[in-house]
Amino acid sequence: MTTHWPLSSVVATGVLQVLGVAIGGPLLVGLMRKIRCRLEGREGPPVHQPLLDLRKLLRKERTKPEAASWFFGLAPLVLLASVTVAAAVSPLLATYPALGWSADLFAVVFLLLLGSVFLALGALDTGTAFGGMGASRAITIGALAEPALLVAVLALSIPSRSSNLPTIVSRSLEHPAWLASPERLLAVVALVIVIVAETGRLPVDNPSTHLELTMIHEAMVLEYAGPDLALVKLAEAMRLTFLLALLATLFTPWGIAAAPGPARLALGLASIAGKVAVLGAALAAAEVLVAKLRLFRVPELMAGGFVLAALAVIAGAVR
Amino acid sequence: MALTFVACLLGFLVAARVLSGGVPATFHTARLLPLLGFSLRLDRLGALFVAVAAGVGACASVFRLGYRGHGLASRTASFVFPLFVTMLLLVPAASSVGTFLFLWELMAVSSLLLVLADHRQRDEVQRAAQWYGVMTQFGAVVLLLSLVLLATHAGGQSFALISARGPHLAPWVRSVAFVLAVVGFGSKAGAVPLHVWLPRAHPEAPGPVSALMSAAMVNLGVYGIVRVGDTILGGGPPWWWLLVMAIGGLSAVFGSLHSSTSTDLKRLLAYSTTDNVGLIFLGVGASGLFASTGHHALAVVALVAALLHVVFHSIFKCSLFLSASSIQQATGERDLDQLGGLMTRLPRSGPVFVIAALTLAALPPMCGFVSEWLLLQSMLHGLPSASVPLEVAMPLGVTVLALAGGLTAATVVKAVGVGLLGQPRSEGAAGSAEVPVTMWGAAGLMALLCAVFGVAPFLVLPAVVGAARSGLGYGAAHPLAQGWSIGLAGGHGLLAPGLLAAGLVVAAAGAAGLRRIGQRGTVRRAEAWGCGRQVQTARMQYTATSFAEPLVRVFDDVLAPAHDLDVSHSAESHYYVESAAFHTALDDAFERHGYRPLSEGLSWWGRLARRMPNGSVHRYLGFGLVALVVVLVVVA
Repeated sequence: MTTHWPLSSVVATGVLQVLGVAIGGPLLVGLMRKIRCRLEGREGPPVHQPLLDLRKLLRKERTKPEAASWFFGLAPLVLLASVTVAAAVSPLLATYPALGWSADLFAVVFLLLLGSVFLALGALDTGTAFGGMGASRAITIGALAEPALLVAVLALSIPSRSSNLPTIVSRSLEHPAWLASPERLLAVVALVIVIVAETGRLPVDNPSTHLELTMIHEAMVLEYAGPDLALVKLAEAMRLTFLLALLATLFTPWGIAAAPGPARLALGLASIAGKVAVLGAALAAAEVLVAKLRLFRVPELMAGGFVLAALAVIAGAVR
Repeated sequence: MALTFVACLLGFLVAARVLSGGVPATFHTARLLPLLGFSLRLDRLGALFVAVAAGVGACASVFRLGYRGHGLASRTASFVFPLFVTMLLLVPAASSVGTFLFLWELMAVSSLLLVLADHRQRDEVQRAAQWYGVMTQFGAVVLLLSLVLLATHAGGQSFALISARGPHLAPWVRSVAFVLAVVGFGSKAGAVPLHVWLPRAHPEAPGPVSALMSAAMVNLGVYGIVRVGDTILGGGPPWWWLLVMAIGGLSAVFGSLHSSTSTDLKRLLAYSTTDNVGLIFLGVGASGLFASTGHHALAVVALVAALLHVVFHSIFKCSLFLSASSIQQATGERDLDQLGGLMTRLPRSGPVFVIAALTLAALPPMCGFVSEWLLLQSMLHGLPSASVPLEVAMPLGVTVLALAGGLTAATVVKAVGVGLLGQPRSEGAAGSAEVPVTMWGAAGLMALLCAVFGVAPFLVLPAVVGAARSGLGYGAAHPLAQGWSIGLAGGHGLLAPGLLAAGLVVAAAGAAGLRRIGQRGTVRRAEAWGCGRQVQTARMQYTATSFAEPLVRVFDDVLAPAHDLDVSHSAESHYYVESAAFHTALDDAFERHGYRPLSEGLSWWGRLARRMPNGSVHRYLGFGLVALVVVLVVVA
């Protein structure tokens, strides 16, 4: 355990992680769109198109539905802040994250929940049918994903007897055999299912749908326009990137900077970017092949995720 | 009112002295209760509960100043209210069986009278009070049995004497007394399956009374289990604590499920009390389980988590019930489906409710998050373990906590989103205006504490650790880190809530800056998208019922909602619908399958018994003979 890193190095890690997720997020979304288009035989927009969209949206006028209160404007801020803090406290580039020992995996889970709750509240503040519909569905799925998520977290924390992310990552670097153990593999699958649900990807939600009645996430953000929409889009891209990066760090930590130094940080950045790009590409390719599940079949998927996570805990506890 | 406030202030000062100094305060007089004597002894464990009750009582008494209606202004209520608060302050200090039962009964009766305050205006109040009366008396009888059993076998009624002999009593005496205590205290705490009075009595009671009941009285159930199980009996076999954990887990899931599907604001809060009591029981049970398997340090941590949740739950639930009463007074409505649009109309009470509700959902950086986090930590550190009960109980505990947490998030989004945001759904909500400053101020103070303790838990942690150690009786050093961070020392799990909060504020400010980069002028009000429709009415919004519909559908088997669809067709053709009425109702499964058959059986027995005395002297002589024979057989 490296508990004493120089302050400059810690700050640099934090800034790099947040910036990396903030800039890499839209690029990842662009990459996934591009891959999807290519697989479907279309050309598709350039990879950096989401960044251009964000710039355009930030310049537009802010609007607000007639029924909305000040809460409507607050929701995107909290959403973006929650994922930013989550990105800052997790060991993505280096085993020692910016805010140090201030948060663990459980805290990260609750931080992401904070963002989801505020987004749903912002949707209900619009006073429209679609806002309520999206919020109701998203919160239902979120509530059902929670047990699978926390039990998977528990499974990951058992071998190192700690839910501290730096501890988990550095101990898996020391004991690579853990990574191939059955409980890890089961936990991976459970986490993938949860991540798909939490980020609103297929087969739980279709991010590119245009039909209001089938929307979940898009129905919630229907009333956001201009700079507010830019924040929401940025936050959702960051959340996807952050969760994939976390998955990559937890299960394939190689390349992460275990000691301070610019060269190590650069290597860490390159390796995590590569891993996230591969994961994103796989997710995009899988999305071409599957159809959206009926809303009331989603609980079965979540229950499946939970069973896998519970099996992971049992497998970890018996050894 | 001043009387209640002064009593609370005094109670708080005494409790604070005990908590900081550690010297128990004692008081004894033989005059007050004939034969039994009246003795009080306030140790750290009791002092924590007294301090919480005093804080809640002070807030509720200030809140009462601006509170209108609900029969709380009557002479009876004015007399009973201070009495109830005083009993809440005294029960944790009782140090003998007689004193305890006397105070406990006074507390139950005074709270029952307060629940009844509004019985002339509304019929539901009477029914609620009947349920409450029966359940609380049942609980009291069970407690009486438990404590008297202990007192007779220990040979004395003072708690000090019983706790000295408690660990050496026969195992069956200890087990029977403990199970009876769990039942009795569980019924007061509102734990499933003895919770049925709670979602009836709390909503019908006047606002400050429901805050007192939910945030202070329910705690005493937890206090009782810790007092009897840990202090008096000195711990027990694992199955005791597995029982407590099972009750807790069931309460947490059942309570959160029902609060996520309720549409009545105060009923929803009452069910969430059952949910939180469940979480506290999980912590208390885990602590006992750790202690009985030899993990003494972890037992302290789990009990600290449970007691921390007692404190924080009282703070946010007090604020929630008080703000819900403010909302009820401002709009005249309690039904979420009639509320909405209150964020601008109630610019003080609205945000206060939101802050307390976010704390209920255990979201960082509020204090509810800290206690749930600590509870999760204590469960995680029980694994992997050589003991089978731990290996089974801890993952299940985490699952229950997660499911309850997710459902509570849904509850909070529903209560805030439907109740306060959007367009007003009724004239009462549309024409509402802010309540007096004493009302929102009292609720606001508690909401402020939610944030303060969430950022700086070290303000309360020493007091809670002291109480937990006094409850368990361990003098050993606890492994909790101090200072700005909380958690298990040695890098096993740390949390610095202050840093997280600071990070969130900085990031939100940064996001606000990003949003302003290209902006000039103000925000334009625009029409919302209604699929091409021009007019958006309040009736198009999702209601609380529709919001919870997917959850009701997912948990169909547990909730078993009753649906009723009436369609009447036009006279000319069957294909035209004249009118359609849809009715849906959700009742409590325990009430439907447990209590209703029980009450029906009892009334059947009553009808049967009525037929027995028919006026014939021969029959009465016969009864006498049978009774004599039975007595002789028993005595022989």
